[in-house]
Amino acid sequence: MSELTIEIDVLRYRPEMDNEPFTQTFEVPYTAEMSILEALQYIKDHLDSTVSFRWSCRMAICGSCGLMVNSVPKLGCKAFLRDYYPQKISLEPLANFPIERDLVVVMDDFIKKLEEIKPYIIPEKEKCLSEGTYQQTPEQMAKFKQFSMCINCGLCYAACPQYALDNKFTGPAALALLARYNRDSRDNGEAERMKIVNQEEGVWGCTFVGYCSVVCPKDVDPAAAIQLLKVESSKDYLIGMFKPD
Amino acid sequence: MSKTTEKTYKRSHEPVFWGLFGAGGMLTAFLTPVMILITGLLIPLGIIDQHYFSYEKIHGFATTWYGSVIVLVLVALPFWHTLHRIFHALHDIGINRGRDWQQVICYGFAFAVSVFVFTLLLQMLTAPSLFGF
Amino acid sequence: MSKRKPYIRELPRDWWMKQLFYTKYMIREGSSVLITLYSLILAWGVFRLSQGETAFNGWLEALQNPFAIILHLLMLILALYHTITWFSLAPKAVDLWIKGKKLDDKVIVAAHYGAFAVLTIFCLLIITL
Repeated sequence: MSELTIEIDVLRYRPEMDNEPFTQTFEVPYTAEMSILEALQYIKDHLDSTVSFRWSCRMAICGSCGLMVNSVPKLGCKAFLRDYYPQKISLEPLANFPIERDLVVVMDDFIKKLEEIKPYIIPEKEKCLSEGTYQQTPEQMAKFKQFSMCINCGLCYAACPQYALDNKFTGPAALALLARYNRDSRDNGEAERMKIVNQEEGVWGCTFVGYCSVVCPKDVDPAAAIQLLKVESSKDYLIGMFKPD
Repeated sequence: MSKTTEKTYKRSHEPVFWGLFGAGGMLTAFLTPVMILITGLLIPLGIIDQHYFSYEKIHGFATTWYGSVIVLVLVALPFWHTLHRIFHALHDIGINRGRDWQQVICYGFAFAVSVFVFTLLLQMLTAPSLFGF
Repeated sequence: MSKRKPYIRELPRDWWMKQLFYTKYMIREGSSVLITLYSLILAWGVFRLSQGETAFNGWLEALQNPFAIILHLLMLILALYHTITWFSLAPKAVDLWIKGKKLDDKVIVAAHYGAFAVLTIFCLLIITL
């Protein structure tokens, strides 16, 4: 068993010495239960300690280890060598983001977009602590729960050609998060957020490719969130025609 | 609260085109296959006899008020669907020059054909029929 | 001094040919070119209809051309592709809740196919009336 190996191509980029990325091939011992992330850890521990990649929880909760596995956005901890063996695996940093170093990307734009959509509950009026909690029924929670499962891994941005073509587009995860707050019964910030939605760079940058929902490791379905927001934006447009703000 | 300069947001007019796109897409998804099957294959191949699609029959239908509306919708609405897709596909394949003009040409084309068909139907509806009756 | 030098990868122009999913998306979008052509043929038919019986029969005759038949076959295939993709994505734009539960995607897709079958048969029947 321990004799089996698998070849892994890693796209390397060292900003202090390289002008552009290059591919380095490693041979890693293969076992059926080994994840891509574990393979990378093996490379770092035993073959080349200079390889950089992000990781933390190892169980698809932290959203740190996103990368391109054979050009498909995946979490390293949730993709397994057995699904590729005996073929060679190619690992590249998440597409559509600038490369910081090796498999590490610059996610600043993504984080900025998450912040811009006002991802917090905006209540109708601030309640005093003594007045108790904001309550919600399970049915009210069901309306947004799916869209709240995002772990900010960025796979959907790597899957989105519209973001690749024009990174002014707000993008899948941020719009799904926006839908999550707009659909929350405790929230009253819809009017503020619809201004973001209604823009060209809001939902209208989306052409419903649908790949974001395919690659999402948490089944958030950002494509659905965006389609529902398009319907809301259209209603808002009609209302705006009769009642300009 | 500190006074931060609120970002200005610009509303897109896309809902107008998206609405027409959606309506056209719905129609195209449900009816275009059977329409192609009838007018493009079954009638020309004689599987459905041509007298079911004769001039008298079609003209008679297109010159009723409801018939003309149906014909207009069936013929013109798909353009608003397809030209919307073509407009966005141009961006997808990297043709970024003159997006404004691309938009005018794409939706202008859909509009022009719609007006063309509308005018023909109106003319048939109002003009005394040359044949029949 | 910072050693940071983020590397930006250019999106290749043929990005949609490098991934099957994107290629299928482009075929979906591209189906609209042939559907436009079909709608133009129909619009032409309306024009010929307005010109009288001879003109309309000429239009019908032109459709019997083997080239026209092949073209219509191709258009039918792409129109059906549009239908399939449209129906498969339809549940994402539907937000129907019954007794606190979201309507199952499969039900929405099945309802679309059901309506499609009914409409197709209805059209075939009505034309032969």
